[in-house]
Order: sequence, then C-alpha cells, then structure tokens
Amino acid sequence: MQKQEFTITVYTENHIGLLNRIAIIFSRRKINIESLNTSPSEVEGIHRFTIVIDELEEVVRKLVRQIEKQVEVLKAYYNTNDEIVWQELALYKVSTDEIAEKVKVERLLREYGARAVVIRKDYTIFETSGHREETNRLIGVLEPYGLIEFVRSARVAIIKASSGFHEKIKEFEATDPSDDLIENEYLGKQQEVFSM
Amino acid sequence: MIMETAIDIIEKPVKATIQITGSQALLEALIAEQVDTIFGYPGGAIMPIYDALYDYHEQLKHILVRHEQGGIHAAQGFARASGKVGVVFATSGPGATNLVTGLADAQIDSTPLVCITGQVFAHLLGTDAFQETDVINITTPVTKWNYQITDACEIPEVLAKAFYIARSGRPGPVLIDITKNAQLQLFEYAGYQSCDHIRSYRPKPYIRKEFIEAAAELINAAEKPFVIFGQGVILGNAEQEFKAFLEKSGIPAAWTILGLSALPTDHPLNMGMLGMHGNYGPNVMTNECDVLIAIGMRFDDRVTGRLDKYAKQAKVVHLDIDPSEIDKNVKATVGVWGDCKETLPLLTRLIQTKVYPQWIEKFRAYQKEEEKEVISNELYPSEGQISMGEVLRVLNELTEGEAIVVSDVGQHQMVACRYAKFNQTRSNITSGGLGTMGFALPAAIGAKFGAPERTVVAVIGDGGIQMTIQELGTILQTGIDIKILILNNQFLGMVRQWQQLFHDKRYSFVDIASPDYVTVAKGYGISGDTVKERNHLKDALQKMLSHQGSYLLEVMVGKENNVFPMVPQGCSVSEIRLK
Repeated sequence: MQKQEFTITVYTENHIGLLNRIAIIFSRRKINIESLNTSPSEVEGIHRFTIVIDELEEVVRKLVRQIEKQVEVLKAYYNTNDEIVWQELALYKVSTDEIAEKVKVERLLREYGARAVVIRKDYTIFETSGHREETNRLIGVLEPYGLIEFVRSARVAIIKASSGFHEKIKEFEATDPSDDLIENEYLGKQQEVFSM
Repeated sequence: MIMETAIDIIEKPVKATIQITGSQALLEALIAEQVDTIFGYPGGAIMPIYDALYDYHEQLKHILVRHEQGGIHAAQGFARASGKVGVVFATSGPGATNLVTGLADAQIDSTPLVCITGQVFAHLLGTDAFQETDVINITTPVTKWNYQITDACEIPEVLAKAFYIARSGRPGPVLIDITKNAQLQLFEYAGYQSCDHIRSYRPKPYIRKEFIEAAAELINAAEKPFVIFGQGVILGNAEQEFKAFLEKSGIPAAWTILGLSALPTDHPLNMGMLGMHGNYGPNVMTNECDVLIAIGMRFDDRVTGRLDKYAKQAKVVHLDIDPSEIDKNVKATVGVWGDCKETLPLLTRLIQTKVYPQWIEKFRAYQKEEEKEVISNELYPSEGQISMGEVLRVLNELTEGEAIVVSDVGQHQMVACRYAKFNQTRSNITSGGLGTMGFALPAAIGAKFGAPERTVVAVIGDGGIQMTIQELGTILQTGIDIKILILNNQFLGMVRQWQQLFHDKRYSFVDIASPDYVTVAKGYGISGDTVKERNHLKDALQKMLSHQGSYLLEVMVGKENNVFPMVPQGCSVSEIRLK
C-alpha cells in the first residue's frame, strides 16, 4: 500500500474551538494537512470541513474515526481523488504594462480559463480555478512576464456519489454497524435540538 | 373576553424566571445532577463560585485539597469507586494547568469528570491578564469535551451538556471554563433541564444483529476460545451480563489491569492478568487460542506486546462502545459495536452452553509453572527481606477481598494488581493508561468519599507517595479514614528493574531517599508504623486495618526485587519471561 491523496469531509456544529480539536488529531500523529477549508454546508447551521492529506488508507480510516468521535462532529467521510470533484481557486497579480504589451499573455490566460478580476494601471489580478496542476501550470506561464504575487485557496470538494448529506448517511450506515439515521432525526429541526 | 385576557396576562409570569447569578446557577446545576461532593481549591478567578458555595455548604460537600492535581485525582478515585461523575473546582492559570495530568489520566482511562475552572473577565481574555492561561486550548487534547462560558445565561445548558457527555457512551473528562463576569452576572434563570441528547453526538452505536450473529457463530465453532476483558465491563455496569456470558460459554477469561475486579478473583473461569507483568498462561495462550473475544478493552501496547506477533493465529471478536477502538490496534474479524451491557446478553442468547476442560487444563499447567517459578517465592519467601507479594498476600488474608485497593504506579502496582484478591467490582483503582505516579494517595481519598462504607487501602511506592504527599493535609482536615500502605524498596523500583535488565545495571537516578514517613504522618495527625521484620508484618497490617481513622504503614521490602513474569518491550506475549 502506498500513500495517496485523500479528501476528508467533516460535517460539524459551528462552534469555537472545533477547528483546533480537529487539527490536533492530525498534528498529534505528525501528519501534515495539505489543505484545509471550512465553509457552510447544504444543511443550515451545519459546517463543513474539507481536509486534504497524503496518507495510507489504513491511517486515514483511523483518523476519520477519531474525528467522528468528537462530540461536535456529525459525520466524517474520506474519499480518493477519483471519487470527488474538486476545485482550488488561484489569484495571480501581474504588471498591467507587461500584459498590455504582450498579446501572447492574453491568449494564454484565455487558454487557462483565467479571467481578470481587477485591472488597474499598475497591476492586474487574474483568477482561475481548477486542479493544482492546472493552477501551477499557469504560474509557470506567467512567471516570465513578472508574476508579482500568487495565492491559492484550499480545496473544496464534492463527493460524486453523494446525494447530499442526508442520503450519504443512509448509504454509509448500510455498510457500517451504526444507528439507522438516529443522528439525522434532529437535522431539520433547528428549534428542537439542543444547541448553544 | 377582556377580563380573560387580563387574567391571561397576569397568569403568564407564573412560570416565571428568577434572577440569580451565574455562580448560583452552576451550583443549582450540580445539585440537579445529584452531585454531593466537590474536590477543589479556591483562587481569584473562581471566587464568585466559592462565595456562592458558602450558602450551599449543606447540600454540597466541598473537599479542600492541597493541590489541584490532588483534587482531580481524588475526583477520579471518587468516580471509579462510586460510578458517579467526579466534580472538581479550580481557579484560572496555575489552578487550571495543575489539572492537566489528571485530565490526561481520566481521558485515557475513560473516567467521567466535570471540571469547573475559573477564568479572568471576558474583556481581559487574550491580554495576558493575571492568572490567565488559554485553558480551553491546553486541555483540548485531554478532554472528551470542553467549553468556555462568558455569559451566565449559558450555564444551565452547558452544565447539562457537560454531565451528559462525561457520563454517557465511553465516559471521559469534561472541562468548563467560566469567566469571572459570567460567575457574577445576574440573569433570568428558568430552571435546570438535564440533557439527554446532542444531535452531533452518538454515545452508543446502534447494535447490528448480523454482527452479533457472526460473533456467536465464531464463538460456537471455536475449540480454543479465550476471553480478554477490560474496564468497559465495569463502566457499562455489565458485570452480571459478563458473568452470565462467561458461564454459559465456559470460556476462560483474563483481564487488563483496568478490568480487574469486574470478575471475582476466585471465579473458576478467571485465568488472571494480561500484559507485560500479567500471568504466564493468559499471555502465552493469547498466541494459541483460535478465537480471541475482547470485551471492553482497547489492546494497549502493555497488553499486546509486539503487535505483529499478537494473536495472529486467532479470529478476533471485539466488543466495544467506541467505534474508533475497533481495528485501531488489532484487526477484528468481527467488530461488535455497542454497549456491552446490551451486546453481551444478545450474544449470550445465541451461544451454546459449553465447557472446555482440556483447554482450561492448559492454562492451569502454565499457572502451576508460574506458581512454582514465581508466585510461591513472591508470596511465601522463607528468608531475606519482606517481598511486596507477601504484603499483598497477608493483606488479602485480612481483608478477605472486600477492600478497595488503590495502587500508584510502578512495581508495587503490578504486584498489587497481580496478587490482590477482589470479591466485588469497582475495587481496583489505579492509573492504567497514563501511569501517573502520585495518583494513589489522592485517588484513595476520593474513593473513600465515593464508597464510605468500604475499607480503602492505598498501596504506594516510596517514589509515588512523595509526589502527592501534601494530600495528607486533606486527610487531616477531613478526618477521612484511609489506610496508606507504603511499600518502600528505597528505589524507583520499576525503572531500576529495567536498568538492571536492559541497561547493564547502570542505576541512573533511581536511588531515592525517603523522609521518616511515620513522623511526617504524625505531623498531620495520622498514626503510623514501620515494619521491617517478616514476623511483625501480619500484626502491623492488622493494626492498620483495625485502627479508627487513617493510618500509614511503611513496609520495608527487598531493595532489588523484580516483578516477574515480564514481557520485555518489543517482544511477543509468548516470549514472556519467568525470570
């Protein structure tokens, strides 16, 4: 077995301190987080973490169980790259003069699906999204023309097979010895749940 | 109509709220959760709570400890002896950081605690205020859950949640940090409502019939089955269910040190202790059985020895309430998720009534060999200094297995676990996973508060006693009756044993001096005695046990005695050494 990239999706309550509680599960085992994103999910009031790590499946399975064990975590899944659709957003700042002079650059940007989000006299910021290789390739292309600044976001990913959180839970529990949707029972009932 | 409306308006406030402070709400929550004992130590940031406590002293007994670590270990002892949630109060900063060892201990040994720490005013958070530490982040890895309260309105709900989380599922420590402003704040209190579910938290996994059936099938087909059990049986209050399972199945069983006392010592199917200093048979047979049934235990490395040579021939059935434990260290052939109080009866129903006389005879043969090579010399030495084992033997004779034995960490702990006899559950209290020296004295104090009707004997080494000896002050002040049995070998014995066996006898800083314990005890108003001679041992122990009030007995034992059998680190359980 070899290490490979896994995307871990965690559905949680939106509470202070939870990010640390999840992060230390990785750092305690000296596992580097390649990318981490937190955002709202399709279920109101429920937060979603997307974490990318490079590890053995065996290790990832155990990590996910440790994550799921946390009181404020509803559910955690892990997927290989072929089971998800993912994107990362990248921003590139280049000198407007350079771009304006060289038509070639403009064509390149079009090829890479980049679009200008800011055009000023002194600089222009392009934005593109895609897989890491794609956003990386554009760096290589822009570098000769004086790339001033580059930044890339964490990965956001959607699980191909999931039909939303509710459905995914059902599927999971058909294979795992766990409760039939007990945790789902209160999902849509904001007022009736115990929350703080 | 108009009149009715008017009445309506007047009547509505009947379900009225009352104005109380956050501190009062906290104490009301404790009373509602049936807490009667708190172990604590006051300080600046928790003063409003202590001020409120002044008016509640009839409902809530507060035990003033001498150090916050002592307080949390006492709460652990209380929880382990009583099965209730242990409650601790500490102030901010150093008060809170002194809890960390106890939290880590309670986390790894699944002990239900609710710790309340004071915190600086909310507006001072993050300013490096006096006695401010980031307690929530410090304690996150060593708590099942923690939460900071900055508004008194949150107190009833958060406390309800804290108790529910601490005691449900796989129990564990919870820490609630309350800023001083929230303690002082007056708010509209609408009463206390206990918590019975949290949507993101599933204390007990759902039990799946097919896994019970698969487990039963393996057990029924087994020719050489072996049960190993841990604290899960005790935490699940499943001692009767476990015994029923065992007796119907006829399977020999061995325990981890935290599983000790879940099954009476003299039960015919009790084969003894697992692990590094466990019994010969249980360790060797782990690698000979065909089906290994693990119940409420987590395959700690001190139990398994070298993992890649652990029970490889066996099919493994693992029952645990915590899904993350299954397949964590040892891959289960069948994992049975669930509370063993519920899963064991289901399993018992499906298994056949069997006996395994030949298989058990093999255990007995190993036991005989161990008796001959190790145990008889340890329990009945004819010459030389007193051995730790014989102290335990004589203690057993006098207590007849009815006492709670609280042991510290080291050689004496292994001896106590190996040789102490128990008739009833929740009788063995020790720091298992974390191996916290200094645990026993405060834990024994807590255990006595948790089970006042029982005799509590703290068995402690000369190293461990000196780590928390200040808690003699707690005994002095509370007048509690515990028996402190110091087994003094004038060494940090376990480390010395390893240095002897694995480091060419280079005794590096294990030679530890002791004060005159009897005089120290006397200073705290505690009677005591020292024994050096074998022929005085029984009388001295008898005197200790029959003494009214606490008593300290120091027994001078062999300086360089070793604990055997032993599975050396990095070796397989079948490579266990008898000498």
